[in-house]
Amino acid sequence: MAGVSTPSPVPPPIAYLDHAATTPMRPEAVDAMLPFLTERFANPSGSHGASRDARLALDEARDDVAEALDCAPGDVVFTGCGTEADNLAVLGSARRHGGLAVCPAAEHDAVLHSVEHLQGRVVVVDAAGAVDLDRLAGALDPSVRVVSVMTVNNEVGTVSPLADVVALVRDRSPQAVVHTDAVQGFQWLDLPAVVAGCDLVAVSAHKFGGPKGVGALVVRGGVALEPLLMGGGQERDRRSGTHNVAGIVAMAAAMKATVASREATVARVMALRDRLLDGLLSEMDGLSETVPRARKVAGSAHVCIEGVENEAMLFLLDREGICASAASACSSGAMDPSHVLAAMGLPREAAAGSLRLSLGWSSTDADIDRVLEVLPEAVARLRRRAPVG
Amino acid sequence: MSGGVDSSVAAALLRDAGHEVVGVTMKLWGGESDTGCCSVADVDDARRAAQQLGIDHLVFNFGDDFTAHVVGPYLDAHMAGRTPNPCIECNRHLKFARLAERADLLGFDAVATGHHAKVVRAALTGGSWRLGRGADRAKDQSYVLHMLGQEQLAKTLLPVGELTKDEVRRRAGVLGLRTAAKPDSQDVCFITSRGGRRGFVGTRVPLHAGTVVDTSGHRLGVVPAVELVTVGQRKGVGLPGGGPARYVVDVDVAEAVVTVGSAEELLVDAQRAGACTWVDEPPGGEVLVQTSAHGVPRSATVEQVPDADGIGTIVVRWHQPQRRVAPGQSIVLYDTTDTFVLGGGVAGSAGAGAEAAPTQP
Repeated sequence: MAGVSTPSPVPPPIAYLDHAATTPMRPEAVDAMLPFLTERFANPSGSHGASRDARLALDEARDDVAEALDCAPGDVVFTGCGTEADNLAVLGSARRHGGLAVCPAAEHDAVLHSVEHLQGRVVVVDAAGAVDLDRLAGALDPSVRVVSVMTVNNEVGTVSPLADVVALVRDRSPQAVVHTDAVQGFQWLDLPAVVAGCDLVAVSAHKFGGPKGVGALVVRGGVALEPLLMGGGQERDRRSGTHNVAGIVAMAAAMKATVASREATVARVMALRDRLLDGLLSEMDGLSETVPRARKVAGSAHVCIEGVENEAMLFLLDREGICASAASACSSGAMDPSHVLAAMGLPREAAAGSLRLSLGWSSTDADIDRVLEVLPEAVARLRRRAPVG
Repeated sequence: MSGGVDSSVAAALLRDAGHEVVGVTMKLWGGESDTGCCSVADVDDARRAAQQLGIDHLVFNFGDDFTAHVVGPYLDAHMAGRTPNPCIECNRHLKFARLAERADLLGFDAVATGHHAKVVRAALTGGSWRLGRGADRAKDQSYVLHMLGQEQLAKTLLPVGELTKDEVRRRAGVLGLRTAAKPDSQDVCFITSRGGRRGFVGTRVPLHAGTVVDTSGHRLGVVPAVELVTVGQRKGVGLPGGGPARYVVDVDVAEAVVTVGSAEELLVDAQRAGACTWVDEPPGGEVLVQTSAHGVPRSATVEQVPDADGIGTIVVRWHQPQRRVAPGQSIVLYDTTDTFVLGGGVAGSAGAGAEAAPTQP
């Protein structure tokens, strides 16, 4: 079926506020990858000169990634995406060592579905979506072999108390490894410091200006995993499959650019985010911040708006060129109710009016102006329901 | 849009007429589905069709509403021994209510679907909107749209209702729609061929074995689930073959008794329907009445029955005795020329009292 209306004029300029879904690529990353899509195309595992050229690029990229994540180059396992890195960490640990898997209820599906698949324990989170440490303590015992806690929540932006998690796991489940899904963390936090005690760390290139289709799992020395893919034994038998050289090189370039500019970007984006939220709060009734800013990363603005449905709101924003999101989009493209907001204890009606505006390295003042111009009007329109009957 | 020919051609016709058209697929059911409706595969088909037509495509998740207004009542009806029609409830509560309200809220002037039926504009009929049978009588779907009233019809477009199905297919071919060969959706979207009705209902509510008796009360056999037996049903009640045909004439879930009888014993002179809605004014007098999606309309006289609850109830007095309509099925009235829908209701609905008056010997 189709809705019918009168034709609209020229499309408005795009205001991109969905960096948590994916980011535009950084020019450094595009420049870095192009040669590997053209003349430097060889397989780095070969034995000829062209392969050696690709191998050099791969090895240098690995060094750069290791430096950005403060680990040994040999600890870096390149994967096809963040989801694969999370799967390798959780499933790979459980398949190698047996024992129980544990994670909080607000994890990304890449972790949550892996733990559920293993029939592990899912732990309650607090009202901000961070793991409840008391409940985590209750779920830990010597039979637990892998604990996975995200660095930053992908929907609401809450930062996890990872140091406390690590201490708790070492105390109660001494044989367990600690994995953290840092896919939403690298672009905002001094990641090596934040994940210092973790055994496994997953990142994804396209969340910080790199291309889609490449991620990495840091596997600290001595941590053994069962590989998910069987094949040629690349990545020291931890991840078979021909290397995505172009993607890996671009990820390394995006990492370097991110680290080099992180402090300035965080300060700049946080000011933009605060202006956005303060502006919305002052112009609209019935709008609340889902999580206090002090607990969130700089780029995250997640709000709940009373009296509107986010599917309708997103349509009106989209019409005005604003790219935003609500809960995570499912495979069909429909908005499914968010398991994160449900885990936080938000009533379904409140979650129905949730909106995620996520900023990133490319965000500008103009983006914020556009949202402040469009969103209050869109909400007012949706609240002004046509009389029924 | 389902991605099938009817909704895709409907969108194309409106696009070509100069409207701004946005394709919408409702995500209604998160569980298993293998029919041509509501599944993720259908969303993919619909999106591809919309892309080919050069129109935007949206997916709206109305899963909660579908569960509340379609799946829940479907289970309740079976529990009460009625035979529900969930596609009609989906039209009533989802397509022409939830979706129509959303469309209105977003500034759209109308919702168009690929149904084979006609909306006749008020200006042409001297005041009121009318709902007519589709141009292709064999594909007519006006029966499942009988709940549309004046305000809904004013904001509904049914562009393919003016065309034959062959013409729709021809136009889909001209458009080069990749889904042109997709079969029509027919079955209830949440019932899979593997699990069937029994699998769906039985895993959600308790089903009970029942005794099969004849109209004199003699015990003839047993059925595994009295809740799934339908009035008018001939097979599947565990009776041996041979002899005269026997039909289910009554289902009593409370007593777990299924009564079977001859074809004659299934006949009634009159039929009640409740929860009636009307396209315009409540009709009275001579009408044609259709009791299934592709059933033959039969002539009857209709009477409005005063109802304390304000739920429209009617008695249909058949000119020739007709088979009793299973409680829960829709009874739809047409004008005597068999051109326009007058409205309809549900056989044996609340407030209808005895759902059927038996034929006098």
